[in-house]
Amino acid sequence: MSTLRLPALRLPTLRLSTLPLPTLRQSALGLALSMAATTSAQASDVEVLHWWTSGGEARAANVLKELLEAEGYGWEDFAVAGGGGETAMTVLKSRAMSGNPPSAAQIKGPEIQEWGELGLLGDLDDVAAEENWDALLPEVVADIMRFDGHYVAVPANVHRVNWLWANPEVLDAAGVEMPTTLDELFTAGEAIREAGFVPLAHGGQAWQDATVFESVVLGSQGVDFYRQSLVELDPEALGSDQMIEALETFKRLRELMDEGMPGRDWNIATNMVIEGDAGFQLMGDWAKGEFTAAGLTAGEDYLCAAAPGSEDAFSFNIDSLAMFRVNDDGEREAQQALARLVLEPTFQEAFNLAKGSIPARPDLDMSEFDSCAEQSLADFQRTAETGGLVPSMSHGMAVRADVQGAIFDVVTNYFNDANMPADQAAERLVSAAQMASF
Amino acid sequence: MTHSISPKARRPTASGRLQAWLPRLVLAPSAAVILFFVYGFMLWTFVLSLTSSRMLPSYDFVGFGQYARLMANDRWWVASTNLMIFGALFVAVCLVIGALLAILLDQKIRQEGALRTVYLYPMALSFIVTGVVWKWLLNPQLGIQAMVQGWGFESFRFDWIVDPNMAIYTLVIAAVWQASGFVMALFLAGLRGIDDSIIKAAQLDGASLPRIYWRVVMPCLRPVVFSAVMILAHIAIKSFDLVVALTGGGPGYASDLPATFMYTHAFNRAQIGLGSASAMLMLGGVLAILIPYLYSELRSRRHG
Repeated sequence: MSTLRLPALRLPTLRLSTLPLPTLRQSALGLALSMAATTSAQASDVEVLHWWTSGGEARAANVLKELLEAEGYGWEDFAVAGGGGETAMTVLKSRAMSGNPPSAAQIKGPEIQEWGELGLLGDLDDVAAEENWDALLPEVVADIMRFDGHYVAVPANVHRVNWLWANPEVLDAAGVEMPTTLDELFTAGEAIREAGFVPLAHGGQAWQDATVFESVVLGSQGVDFYRQSLVELDPEALGSDQMIEALETFKRLRELMDEGMPGRDWNIATNMVIEGDAGFQLMGDWAKGEFTAAGLTAGEDYLCAAAPGSEDAFSFNIDSLAMFRVNDDGEREAQQALARLVLEPTFQEAFNLAKGSIPARPDLDMSEFDSCAEQSLADFQRTAETGGLVPSMSHGMAVRADVQGAIFDVVTNYFNDANMPADQAAERLVSAAQMASF
Repeated sequence: MTHSISPKARRPTASGRLQAWLPRLVLAPSAAVILFFVYGFMLWTFVLSLTSSRMLPSYDFVGFGQYARLMANDRWWVASTNLMIFGALFVAVCLVIGALLAILLDQKIRQEGALRTVYLYPMALSFIVTGVVWKWLLNPQLGIQAMVQGWGFESFRFDWIVDPNMAIYTLVIAAVWQASGFVMALFLAGLRGIDDSIIKAAQLDGASLPRIYWRVVMPCLRPVVFSAVMILAHIAIKSFDLVVALTGGGPGYASDLPATFMYTHAFNRAQIGLGSASAMLMLGGVLAILIPYLYSELRSRRHG
């Protein structure tokens, strides 16, 4: 079915890019011409598979397209809708298996390494050297973009996962401040409950459970422990008393949540904070899109802070475009141009304003961004130096998809099963990390 | 190929030969397509289940390693147990409710046509719609629990969808709601096909109404029960959309079914090998139930 949809998705954009305002006959002619065109015309096109399909994202992707076209390259849009990109990944796999991958695709985290191992990615070393990416990108970020020492992908943005969002009116009504430690969060939560609100808005889906768990591990046990356990998968750390303590704190958070949470989508939980039904939400900064869409201003109508106890940590979730190996020189050149333009300030600003994230390059003028993004950027730069900048496990930046899935299973099962003790969950985490790989 | 055969065939008994060949010719394309796309892909899935395939299919064979991993996987056992609970309850409850509704409708009541439509309509909905509607109804803060509590029964609780131990039963409720009207229609058609004289004879013999239904009518409906079980069993096994819409497999993975397990692992978690192994076990499970049942039903029909 997906293969059937491909032409339908691509044709309109071809038409738009080659012929503005065509009549029906002209466009059909143009289409036939562009399809029959020899390699020289197609060579300078890049086909980009992505799932930036929501209103703001699509507009931002369009900025990239215009930048590319201004330099004389063609952008062949290959958008596959579906939030987490699962549909897009399925389409990408079928394209790759049939030996016809797009020139660039939205692939992130350790998956880049998996595609690299399959020998399908081309390198971006020329443009990286030219633009001095080594100096521009923090080392942890650059590591993810490299396979076998070569740059194969370019980062588009940086999301921070360990955020706490709050409704100031609810906090005032309960007489509490923004908490900076987990203990304070529990105390504040109790006060909010007594004032008649839901303390912590949450959606009971595996990835949301894992998002909260990650923030709790960072907030209660610190960055080094997080890195050992959830990034390096050290079995000793995963089964340690520290992990048991983190798991217990994590489960205590249930007391702050309402019983309607199972299956709730994250944006509905965010809406509870917006509407003043709930005090807090632990969620990545894509939640800002919801606050902005509701017409609220950061710092006034809603508050943001690092997840309690994790102000020295920054768990990142980075969207990136990976480049597939191409044989044609013209197409290669277009790929390099695309990679350069993704890091161009114009695109970085437009794209990240739309996504709620911060630019992947730290040297940009941030005057257009709100106070949350400014804090995010400051923390990004600070943690890049102190070593507090860590990949997010819950968003597929730290471990491979199969390991991540196995960890999700343990975390969500433990969180929802009132009878499972924390030490048993820790044991299962150890075996999940070992079991998942073949 | 057809052209090369027909001129030769036309000479002896033209229309007779053609008549003999035509059904086969017409069926051939669909048979070929099914052979390739169903049985071919079954075979391919089996081959993949023996490999270490992760993100893309690979042919690095590891024997039955994926099956061993599956057996050690907690979530797989939750999913399999759930399927048994769900399948057994769904089929049994649907049969009972469907038969009862059919018998009641069969009492020559007024407005039967309208009532029949009311019961049959849920079948016209997709499982996604059913799932979403029941998700709202069962949500403790929006649905039935909130409503009854709003009437003043503060201690009333109906929060199965939130309870990992009960979530699987919410799937049964929604699925039964959807399918029992359809079973009713099957039974009603069966009831109408029964010769009135048998029932009259039983009445003359002095049998009570429940006894007539239990001893005389129900045995006549054996083929209907057979078709109903066949249809319900396959709905149960392929249930995927209902789980996705109603519980999302949650809380945790408490209401996971093998179909959702397979999809998650093969497509979201880059474990095509493990996903294929679970698909093969699902196929094995279906065959283990279907073959003996089909065998006994078809044989008894032939003999009796």
